[in-house]
Amino acid sequence: MLAIARTLIGRDLLLALRRKSDVATALLFFVIVASLFPLGIGAEPNQLRAVAPGVIWVAALLSSMLSLARLFAGDHADGTLEQMLLGAAPLGVVVAAKAAAHWMVSGLPLVLIAPLIALQYDVAAPLYGVLALSLLLGTPILSIIGAIGAALTLGLRGGGVLLSLLVLPLYVPVLIMGAGAVEMAGAGLAADGQLLLLGAFLVVAAAFAPWATAAALRISME
Amino acid sequence: MLEAAEIECERGGRKLFGPLSLHLAGGELVRIAGPNGSGKTSLLRILCGLLEPTAGTVRWRGERISQLREEYSRHLVYLGHAAAVKDELTPAENLGIACRLAGLAPDAHAVASALEAFAVPDMPVRKLSQGQRRRAALARLSLSQSAPLWLLDEPFAALDAGSAAHTEELVRRQLAAGGAVLYTTHQPSSLDSAARLVELAG
Repeated sequence: MLAIARTLIGRDLLLALRRKSDVATALLFFVIVASLFPLGIGAEPNQLRAVAPGVIWVAALLSSMLSLARLFAGDHADGTLEQMLLGAAPLGVVVAAKAAAHWMVSGLPLVLIAPLIALQYDVAAPLYGVLALSLLLGTPILSIIGAIGAALTLGLRGGGVLLSLLVLPLYVPVLIMGAGAVEMAGAGLAADGQLLLLGAFLVVAAAFAPWATAAALRISME
Repeated sequence: MLEAAEIECERGGRKLFGPLSLHLAGGELVRIAGPNGSGKTSLLRILCGLLEPTAGTVRWRGERISQLREEYSRHLVYLGHAAAVKDELTPAENLGIACRLAGLAPDAHAVASALEAFAVPDMPVRKLSQGQRRRAALARLSLSQSAPLWLLDEPFAALDAGSAAHTEELVRRQLAAGGAVLYTTHQPSSLDSAARLVELAG
């Protein structure tokens, strides 16, 4: 079972490597959106510092959602998704592996580049760690929960819009906690509470969401 | 081994077929025939568990497949209309991944010789023709002798004579080893004389 999950993650990473433009799109979107805000708002450092956590988190959230529609669509189109449903591992494991690969391709790069983006907002250096940590805990939740929406809207016309409507409300708690952690740390308070809550979200989502996604996939594949 | 009892199928409010009962034992070959749109693919998808029948049950060795799930699907090979190969990968990578997903662990040598038997060139699938993709998908049969049930949807579509003959040979070997094979086809093949015919009315 674990071997199958490893195979799937390896496969999706290999596919991403061969199709670099997809990875670049999500990352560039994040960088561009997050870079446009300082230009629009103006170079008042206090203001920038105040909006930084929220803006960076919203950009990360949208960028993660951008690649979500393709999570199952490609495999659905060429028939490989059918074979995954007929594989030797429970579908929940398959889905979890796909979400993990999605995170490695679309979430992890954001975690790594976020401190660089924070530089444009004149965020204090000690906050870089909290920002990266909040994204490290938060972006996997986005991939795991987003997979439910991607499975439900699979094969629908106009699925992209529906996907955002379905998934965005579920992203809200993650956004509040993620951005909140950085704000707390910025105010000189301990961010442990928010980060621990994010961790709890992650554990709960990782335990239950893949099975919901599996059920949704079975419905969509009929 | 496989038993379908009184299954019915409805798609988009239109009844496709049924009630239909089907029994498949080891070493048996069954051909599903019928005009386009008569529900051959739907029947195959029901039998492999991708589609719930509107009525009736499908059982594998006495247990319902909807309860067995992956315990059932690890015993079967289903090759559908789509070749199920990724454009960006080579046929060998595709085949290796497909086998590992099905719980098999073929070595690189076995994968290479399976593809060689179908004369699939070693280049990204994107550059292959329709028939070559089909062959890349069918090569999985060479490595799936351990799966007792094969469900093949139009295995001979877009195949040249040599590959069709090799596919027939693989099916015969599987039958001789006690496996069951169920297939749909519009092309006449040398398997047809040995097959039990299930006719779906249009």
